[in-house]
Amino acid sequence: MPIPSPFHERTQALCTSYRWKDWAGYAAVCSFDTAHDREYFAFRESAGLLDVSPLFKYEVHGPDAAALLSRMMVRDVSKLRVGRVAYSCWCDDEGKVIDDGTVARLDDDYFRVTAADPTYYWLQAVGRGFRAAIEDSSARLAVVALQGPRSREVLRAASDAAIDALEFFGVTRARVDGLEVWISRTGYTGDLGYEIWVERGGALPLWDALVAAGRPHGLEPAGLDALDVTRIEAGFILLGVDYYSAPKVVLEARKSTPDEIGLGWTVDLERGPFVGRDAIAAERRRGSAWKLVGLQVSWEALERLYESYGLPPSLPATARRDGLPVYFGERQVGKVTSHTWSPLLKKYIALASVESEHADLGGVLEMEHTVEFERRRVPATVVKTPFFDPERKRKP
Amino acid sequence: MSAGAVRYDAIVVGAGHNGLVCAAYLAKAGRKVLVLERRHQVGGATITEEIYPGFHYSCCSYVVSLLRPWIIRDLDLPRHGYEILPLEETFTPFADGRYLLRDSDPERTKRAIAKFSKRDAEVYKQFGQAMAELGRLVKPMIDGPAPDPSSRDPRELLRLARFARHLRGQGEKWLHGNLKMMTMSAVDFLAEWFECEQLIAPMSVSGIIGTFLGVRSPGTAYVLLHHYMGEIDGSYRAWGLPKGGTGSIANAIAAAAREAGVEIRTEAPVERLLVEGGRATGVVLGNGDELRARTVVSGVDPHRTFLGLVGEEHLEPEFARQVRRFKMRGSSGKVNLALDALPEFACLPGFGPHLRGDITIAPSVDYLERAYDDAKYGAFSKRPFMDIVIPSLTDPTVAPPGKHVMSIFVQYAPYHLKEGAADWPNQREAFGDAVVDTLSEYLPNLKERILHRQVLTPWDLEQVYGLTEGNIFHGELSLEQLAFLRPVAGWSRYATPIDDLWMCASGTHPGGGIMGAPGALCARAMLAARAV
Repeated sequence: MPIPSPFHERTQALCTSYRWKDWAGYAAVCSFDTAHDREYFAFRESAGLLDVSPLFKYEVHGPDAAALLSRMMVRDVSKLRVGRVAYSCWCDDEGKVIDDGTVARLDDDYFRVTAADPTYYWLQAVGRGFRAAIEDSSARLAVVALQGPRSREVLRAASDAAIDALEFFGVTRARVDGLEVWISRTGYTGDLGYEIWVERGGALPLWDALVAAGRPHGLEPAGLDALDVTRIEAGFILLGVDYYSAPKVVLEARKSTPDEIGLGWTVDLERGPFVGRDAIAAERRRGSAWKLVGLQVSWEALERLYESYGLPPSLPATARRDGLPVYFGERQVGKVTSHTWSPLLKKYIALASVESEHADLGGVLEMEHTVEFERRRVPATVVKTPFFDPERKRKP
Repeated sequence: MSAGAVRYDAIVVGAGHNGLVCAAYLAKAGRKVLVLERRHQVGGATITEEIYPGFHYSCCSYVVSLLRPWIIRDLDLPRHGYEILPLEETFTPFADGRYLLRDSDPERTKRAIAKFSKRDAEVYKQFGQAMAELGRLVKPMIDGPAPDPSSRDPRELLRLARFARHLRGQGEKWLHGNLKMMTMSAVDFLAEWFECEQLIAPMSVSGIIGTFLGVRSPGTAYVLLHHYMGEIDGSYRAWGLPKGGTGSIANAIAAAAREAGVEIRTEAPVERLLVEGGRATGVVLGNGDELRARTVVSGVDPHRTFLGLVGEEHLEPEFARQVRRFKMRGSSGKVNLALDALPEFACLPGFGPHLRGDITIAPSVDYLERAYDDAKYGAFSKRPFMDIVIPSLTDPTVAPPGKHVMSIFVQYAPYHLKEGAADWPNQREAFGDAVVDTLSEYLPNLKERILHRQVLTPWDLEQVYGLTEGNIFHGELSLEQLAFLRPVAGWSRYATPIDDLWMCASGTHPGGGIMGAPGALCARAMLAARAV
């Protein structure tokens, strides 16, 4: 049974829809209202406030902290400057991805790692022989994501941080209403946004301060349904949805390499050994079997399909994670792993895993679509991700 | 024309949203197009202006629902800044201190209606479904040129037959229902479904917006249907708020048009058209410049086009008479407010979802009829029907942080005052006062929060925005002025009796509202006729 997060007292009072779900053992709001539209538009037009405390968090301290994390991650974390955050994944010995997350360098020998799955055991396993202490800070720290074009103004009002100087993927110490916090310019919406980290006991005052500062800017509390739409628009993958953690699956075919899930860019291959390096190098020589692609469904075709049933086109109201087969001719060449209607782009978009030979941009595949209990197909074009990438996201 | 100057395939007069859509489609087909706009800014009545510093008023049109999804796709408008934000709630306060709040949650809405009628609460959803279904069946009408029953062209007859079959296929019962809808008043039609006035009154106003009719006038039921034809995101929803105001829709279309090669000149008023031997050959600008083109497309209303720009000397008398008979008679005004803070409803104090949707001041059917009574005899309504939105609650870009803009659509404000239309400037502020006073009955602290007030009477809509008699639809959307009768029988296909002169705006089928269909269908007709 899920337990309350540090922000629960506030979120439960606002969650008039009673729509909750289990996120990493915590009760998390799907949407505060019955529909998530307003929360979605808050992320994209004003500012959305999302409790992300269920993220797994680890503090790594010690003279070998950088070396440990560089060993574990596909990215060369030792190059990370203090006050910067990096996104990376980490693999098993066979170069199959275990998880992905961020790593923040808070000081020379102090890092904070976030992960979708519990990672304490893995940090310990990789960390043997390194002079580094590992703390599972998941329960100790409360985290709230403040995302959207107005998030900077909200923090400018709410905190003492030099918020305009905080670069994309930067992290800084700050005070909000007297509370010691960390502010990182990171998030999962692909928009301008921040995450604010506070000791558990400071969660409610932090929430209240942000809500008060955000009111003139149209801030709305937001839930996971809205987040899911934005992260698909941003082309961000999700563990357990768009790929699976290698140690947790039975079938070899379910495992993925960084290149296969679009995280090849995080791999720093030209350096000392790290977990999975040889396997990744071998894969690079021979080429990947799969590729993660963006698909854009033909709306005209969808309209015609529905018209043939005498119906207007209709799509699910929320982002979906049901795997849908993807075809080229009569052959299945992959699967859609996440799909959603993008209210902003006015497009039906999907993330899909397809055989590499069918991953070229502009290629037209077919995706399964069920109408009136009948499985039909609609054409979908391979397009580049992110689907949505506003300039404000990285703008100084 | 000076040597070496560009020779245009088409000059579009007026950069309203339809003129821009038409220009964009022509340019995408490879034609060289020039758009001439009298004002300093594109958009026509689809416009957002910073009248008071920091506050962006969508001066005229203020919400969107009918912009055709295929136009949005063809012109790739989201890439050019077209964004639609949710507008889900409809809030109606009543004189007795009660209120009705309807929104997109069916259960919540059902409970809200049940406070007034348990029966209506149950019927409400069925009504919505029936209307959406009706809207869907009529939709082919607005996505193509009007069917022409007088035509002998076999292709046209085939199209008519297909449409007739499409309608017949719906069964006799449906046909009867539809016929009723075409002829009844909005109130009578709604009374067939509902018993409580708290629902009938606010719903009936959809039937009168932009017409000089009352909610009990026959023929108003049909206009209700327009509200159920709105499609946002390809799904059947009611209304949306354009981000940045309605002007951003025009800007997005203009950006798409420019990208396609369209040249747009602002502050370039067209004085008259050049008509030579019954053929439009170009335009004369206010500064005396003559610009020539293979075709001229009018993006202004039929009156202004034929009686103004062309001149009656070039028209057959019968045609000119029909144009003159085409009813403009604007009946609405607009008041835009800059607010220091949100006002509060006496019946539901504080901030809540009721403020961020559509707020309708339509407390009873009698109230609406009385508002019409004033207008019938040449006066603005002392206590008018109002349709209000506060877009800054959803879109913080239109006002400074913590401050708000309030858009108030007001009916009735008849163009023809008994003192004459030219008396409007003398009555403008009294009209504004009537609006604010009436509204203050519901929002007691409104007045003290007003930083700035813009009052647009039908006279202003004519003088500033070029809408003849202030008619927001370029001619009333009443049955006798729709489809193959719009604007003149026999001339519903965008062509005109003047060769090479075309019409692309709301005065043509399928009519007004930010729909874009007239502009796109006009371009299509011009290209199909190889006129350009």
